[in-house]
Amino acid sequence: MEKNVSAAVQPPARAVRKVRIGKNIYSVPEIVVGVLLLVPSIVFLVFTFVIPVVQVVELSLTNFNMATGEMSFVGIRNYEYLLGNEDFWLSMWNTCKYSAAKLIFDTSLALLIAVQLDKNIPLKKFLRSTYFAPVVVPMVASSLIWIWFYDPQVGPFNQILSFLGLPELKWLYSEHTAMISILLFSIWKGLGYNVVLFLSGLQNISDSYLEAARLDGASEWQLFWKVKFPLLRPITNFVVIMCIINSFKVFTEINVMTPNGGPLGSTRLIVSYIYEQAFTNGRMGRASAAALLLFVVIFILTQIRSAMDARKDVDYE
Amino acid sequence: MSKNPDIQPMRIRRKRLNGYQWYVFVMLTIGAVFMLFPFVWMILSAFKTKADVYAYPPRWIPSSWQWQNFTKVFEMIPFWRYYFNSIVTSVIETVLQIVISIFAAYSITKLRYPGKKLFLAFMRSSLFVPMVVTMIPMYLLVASLGWLDTYAGIIFPQVTTAFTTLLLMSYFDSIPKDLVDSAKLDGCGYFRVLTRVVVPNAKGAISTATLFSFLGNWKSYTWPLIVTTKTEYRTLPIGLKYLMQESSSEYQVMMAASLMAILPVLIIFIFCEKQLVRSITLTGMKS
Repeated sequence: MEKNVSAAVQPPARAVRKVRIGKNIYSVPEIVVGVLLLVPSIVFLVFTFVIPVVQVVELSLTNFNMATGEMSFVGIRNYEYLLGNEDFWLSMWNTCKYSAAKLIFDTSLALLIAVQLDKNIPLKKFLRSTYFAPVVVPMVASSLIWIWFYDPQVGPFNQILSFLGLPELKWLYSEHTAMISILLFSIWKGLGYNVVLFLSGLQNISDSYLEAARLDGASEWQLFWKVKFPLLRPITNFVVIMCIINSFKVFTEINVMTPNGGPLGSTRLIVSYIYEQAFTNGRMGRASAAALLLFVVIFILTQIRSAMDARKDVDYE
Repeated sequence: MSKNPDIQPMRIRRKRLNGYQWYVFVMLTIGAVFMLFPFVWMILSAFKTKADVYAYPPRWIPSSWQWQNFTKVFEMIPFWRYYFNSIVTSVIETVLQIVISIFAAYSITKLRYPGKKLFLAFMRSSLFVPMVVTMIPMYLLVASLGWLDTYAGIIFPQVTTAFTTLLLMSYFDSIPKDLVDSAKLDGCGYFRVLTRVVVPNAKGAISTATLFSFLGNWKSYTWPLIVTTKTEYRTLPIGLKYLMQESSSEYQVMMAASLMAILPVLIIFIFCEKQLVRSITLTGMKS
């Protein structure tokens, strides 16, 4: 703080101390202030990022068990265990299923809604808000509503089914329907996010392209596939990859709606697997190894994304 | 566009809807009803009697308005305590995140010194690593400090600043250099340039970042779940989960609790929707 004050009261006439680093000349007080302002960021980054990342690698090479307190170096045995473990692969498989279904339905539905919301219709703003509302509402509170919807005895969904004369379902309590129930919920919850992204992309498309296509007699259908969709590609890429990456991080709704992996482990996603290994079974070493395997997957996905971003985008100029 | 007289008829046409537009409007409205249905159901159900909840066919409007559902929440769980914990932790986290981010963003965009690129690369790389990867060692670290079941244990590990710093940087960048230079000539030091020039000129960006951080912290679930074992330190999301386990199928009470938990977010949503949407589109474009 003292440094700032002294810099503040320095008359411009008095020369500030300079220092030459490489080719450039810097003012010494500016370097000091600049670096001091970064110190809080660096401290937090060290404690929440650098140290944990180093330690998670170390832990993954041990058999550290919180319950028994034993800890010794086991090399890559945790990785061997995981790669040969059915539950691990089941949770990976569940995650892939979740991710694929969410990708197909969420993205296409969001695009469809965004394109319609982009048209001249009444109550446009209000409609957009309703699609966006579930995104903002905290996950646990909205999960509670849906747990009731899915209740096999008193839930509205089964009441509707029986009113229609259809067989009732066990929703979250059957290994056949649990994953679908979770997916329905998370599409409702997350749809608005992608709608907003697509909508902003659509609004960025210059009217002149659309007018030109209309003058050429393009139908709405052609307008979408030939003009809007290609121009939206950067956004679509982003939405698709983020949808996949986020699927590999899903935990809250799974933990609230189907604790302990759901019926026969059918809704245990990879993060739930890691959580259970670490904090239910106390197997910190094994869980760390699983977390690092997950990191590899996410890292590859992010690399694919940057590769896609680097590709040349459609440009009509 | 307004300069071109040919476009004028288009504008007039916009007022009247053709058949296709009606069709789109009706479909979107049906979709919107589906999106809103859970909220309407929750609000109405928070006032229902137990008999209403179990009624078949389902009862929309409560047969009598049960305000005691709300008092029952307070009997079953220390709801105010959870509320208080959530407010304390998310407010402190948000303030720390924003202040630290403002410092860093100002330092990087407005001051000259070597080694910035290195710091930026370091900060960006932290965005690649999701919380699942760091949570186990972080838990052990917090435990070894004796911070389990403390506010410090909940708060500090959740102070992540990389994202907000990048967000603010993009705005600080657009503040003209002349503005900063003229303030310096008027005798402003580095700190006063920050408080008198940079912050006032980036108010919109700072409030967007604050909102974004706060909502993220308010709904945070996994970390508080891990580091709290005692009731006194549970935050609202964790408390709601335990309420659900304890109040098995007393849905009217669960809905009353959910409604109270959602309320602050709902208020923020109604007043700041524009900023929320902007924060999403910004993060979508930038990250």
